[in-house]
Amino acid sequence: MDFLIGLYDSLPVAIQIILKIVVIMGPLMVLVAYYTYAERKVIGYMQIRLGPNRVGPKGWGQPIADAVKLMFKEIVLPTHADKILFLIAPLLSIGPALAAWAVFPFDTGLVLSDINAGLLYLLAMTSIGVYGVIIAGWASNSKYAFLGSIRCAAQIVSYEIAMGFALVGVLIVAGSLNLGQIVEGQSGGFWNWYWLPLLPLFVVYFISGVAETNRAPFDVAEGESEIVAGFHVDYSGMAFAVFFLAEYANMILISALTALMFLGGWLSPFQGTFMESWFAWVPGIIWLVAKTFVFMFLFLWFRATFPRYRYDQIMRLGWKIFIPITIVWIVVAGAMQVYDIGPWYQ
Amino acid sequence: MKTVVHYIRSLFLLELFKGMSVTGRYLFKKKFTLNYPEQKAPVSPRFRGLHAQRRYANGEERCIACKLCEAVCPANAITIEAEPREDGSRRTTRYDIDLFKCIFCGFCEESCPVDAIVETRLYEYHFEDTDKKTGAYIMTKEKLLAMGDKYEAQLAEDLAAQAKYR
Repeated sequence: MDFLIGLYDSLPVAIQIILKIVVIMGPLMVLVAYYTYAERKVIGYMQIRLGPNRVGPKGWGQPIADAVKLMFKEIVLPTHADKILFLIAPLLSIGPALAAWAVFPFDTGLVLSDINAGLLYLLAMTSIGVYGVIIAGWASNSKYAFLGSIRCAAQIVSYEIAMGFALVGVLIVAGSLNLGQIVEGQSGGFWNWYWLPLLPLFVVYFISGVAETNRAPFDVAEGESEIVAGFHVDYSGMAFAVFFLAEYANMILISALTALMFLGGWLSPFQGTFMESWFAWVPGIIWLVAKTFVFMFLFLWFRATFPRYRYDQIMRLGWKIFIPITIVWIVVAGAMQVYDIGPWYQ
Repeated sequence: MKTVVHYIRSLFLLELFKGMSVTGRYLFKKKFTLNYPEQKAPVSPRFRGLHAQRRYANGEERCIACKLCEAVCPANAITIEAEPREDGSRRTTRYDIDLFKCIFCGFCEESCPVDAIVETRLYEYHFEDTDKKTGAYIMTKEKLLAMGDKYEAQLAEDLAAQAKYR
């Protein structure tokens, strides 16, 4: 072990950084690949089907087969498309989705860069993702793609506000922008996590997160029945795959962030109870991953259950329901914080 | 009051939870999927698949070239030419079913007075565009009789099963 640490320290800084990135990106990409498989399986099961089960045992090879297929497909450039923007758009889409993981703490101190404005950085990164979508729709020079990207832009801008406000609540309670400190502030077991004092914000945050990632029931940006595939109609091959990757990476990110900010991140749910010592051997990252999986499953469950929102209903939900709720609860959380109401604020 | 109840119901996402509980239950239900090449759906004795011509037990072909099937065929898929054989019995010299035309309605089978033309349970076959040149999509008399010889046991059983309903 000492030898390995010594070897690591002797490497040039650039290589060290690349190693760190690989350690985070590798598992993330594998997770994205198998998330698509899980999605098809879960939705299939909810529709009393079996889902993919042909490639490899129980269909486990399906994501690999899909990836290989997409890699060998041609990237079609539409004649009237803006070539540069057309090819930049997928990168702009996946860049922020992956960059956001830089400040994500996986356990106490286990974070690529422990910056104090972590939450702000995350908000910025999740917002920037929309540029990829807008540019993709614009550069394609096609009606459907453009409609999709306009819808997407309006939707993301609307829900960004509710999302930001929900995080303001977290800020008030935690008193820090540092993600590690937000998690530490929740220590003390299941009932001390922020989901309880911030229940409305928790719900609003997750639903806004679903809207942010353009997932069902908020997937008007790519509504198949109305505008074919929305902003990525004209994309094929790897360019399309990158959009796909970005969408799923964003879903995982939103799930992980919800777990981090409202469900105590890597903290054990049994803290402070008689069962704490039984589960003391479980590493924190396992708890984090388990909590993240719960929300990742919810994404799929939503998609299997709810029909797509009408566009004006999406806007109504965002502006006339979520934003008022979050503002009211920010006031409530602030009051509780100032006057030390409730067992959560000491 | 009604609006208040409505607001509270939608605020607590009651209907959404109901919907999710339905899909949640379906997650654990028994799946209906058949893994096709390994598992197959049950086939009725009346199934109308690929055609065949039957023979009598002594090896004599049943078809007497009455041309009822040709007349009844709604898709004009059947072409029959007939002339007396050396022994004077009336037989077909050509009996073609164009499978691109055939709609598998089963009228030929029903109209046949001697149960000669029948439809087997066979549904796993295909033609390609190139078959248009070779004529592989036409069931000739030889092919039909060969099919009949091959599946006679099954055909006799299926016909017996439906006999009382005819």
